[in-house]
Amino acid sequence: MDCHEVRDRLGAFLDEELDPVTSHAVAEHVRSCGACAAELERQRRLRDGLRRGLEYHQAPAALRARVVRDLNAATPRSGWLGLGAGWAWQWVGAAAAFVLVAGGAWLAGSQSTIAESNAIVGDVVTGHVRSLMAGHLTDVASTDQHTVKPWFAGKLDFSPPVTDFAAEGYPLIGGRLDYLHGRSVAALVYERHKHVINVFVWPTTENGEAMTRSVTRQGFHVIHGRKESMAYWIVSDLNAEELEQFARLLAPARG
Amino acid sequence: MRHMISGRKRETANPGPPLSPEARKRFDAEVLPHIDAAYNLARHLMRDAQDAEDAVQESCLRAIRHFAGFRGGDGRAWLLAIVRNACFTELRRRRAAGERVMFDEEQHTEADPTPGPEADLDRVLAAGSLDAALAQLPVEFREALVLRELEDMSYKEIAQIAGVPVGTVMSRLARARERLSRILGAAREEGARDGLP
Repeated sequence: MDCHEVRDRLGAFLDEELDPVTSHAVAEHVRSCGACAAELERQRRLRDGLRRGLEYHQAPAALRARVVRDLNAATPRSGWLGLGAGWAWQWVGAAAAFVLVAGGAWLAGSQSTIAESNAIVGDVVTGHVRSLMAGHLTDVASTDQHTVKPWFAGKLDFSPPVTDFAAEGYPLIGGRLDYLHGRSVAALVYERHKHVINVFVWPTTENGEAMTRSVTRQGFHVIHGRKESMAYWIVSDLNAEELEQFARLLAPARG
Repeated sequence: MRHMISGRKRETANPGPPLSPEARKRFDAEVLPHIDAAYNLARHLMRDAQDAEDAVQESCLRAIRHFAGFRGGDGRAWLLAIVRNACFTELRRRRAAGERVMFDEEQHTEADPTPGPEADLDRVLAAGSLDAALAQLPVEFREALVLRELEDMSYKEIAQIAGVPVGTVMSRLARARERLSRILGAAREEGARDGLP
């Protein structure tokens, strides 16, 4: 194989798209030809540079929410606003998941508790999507926890803990008042790689600390945590692993 | 634009046969997770965030309507094929309407032109990014590079999505890389001449 033939095949060689015989011939040639070896190295650098440097654009959360809305419109009786029999039924699966992941300590109660937790998960997802769709993500847009926390004072009958996790890669971007599950709650908004994370916070009478693994509803992940008499509901389209990492920062579970 | 809007209304008004709960579950598991890949491809093809969002939403509606035609397999490739078709259709429509859209098929193949005017080089330098350089390539080249370098797809997979023979994918990638090298090289020289690092 001469230099000209080799040059024509270097790209495919790098991409491992040559048949074994041709690939071997190219490798042999490059071993003994400095000019072709240099060209191969140049192409390898370009490829590595592209893979590292080209931006991988992630779908904006609002787009994702619109697609999920379209999906729900096409799925009878399973949309979160369609409170039909089919809808209620689907939550039984989530209820079971929640009881299992909570290790029995949390929510190992009566049917009514399970039904209630399912209703909350539904509210949490709806609240998240609503915040993205209405263009009303934050009432107070600030990355400063010392601005966000006092903002809630006088607006709620409790004071939600507010911590910025920018150093850990989860910057706080603001807060807002929301109405969820029949009460006013604090919504803290964080961001991770352009994915929006909503954290709904309100007081709970249950003691101790707990955190569930994430459950998936309509393409969103939901995690529940409890710490220092506050209930946390964390929801995002971020991948489950990173969301759980975030949840551990927010409400670390013991043991 | 009018065409796009009316087409959009039609799509919304007639979502087609509803998804059964089982189909919905499969869609959520096999297609929906690839919405980032869909948006990334559309973003690089359309070179505009809003256009990319429109293309992806339009494509997902189409995917929902035609999900019965998806026989399983690679949900990412299936969705990306729909997305690229939506993007190419829109870009062709714009070109027909007189907008400047760069398709490879219009260019002479024997000699690729030297890098664009200095304004483009300035953009590469200013942005300091490969994205600006990539954006100067014809749309078919951008498609091949994005699928290869960002989605790590084989020539065969790219060929299926683009609807061209594998040999065409190979030559597009080769020419795309050559052109990109030249743009970046010229940008570097330009920078050196101006005393930039």
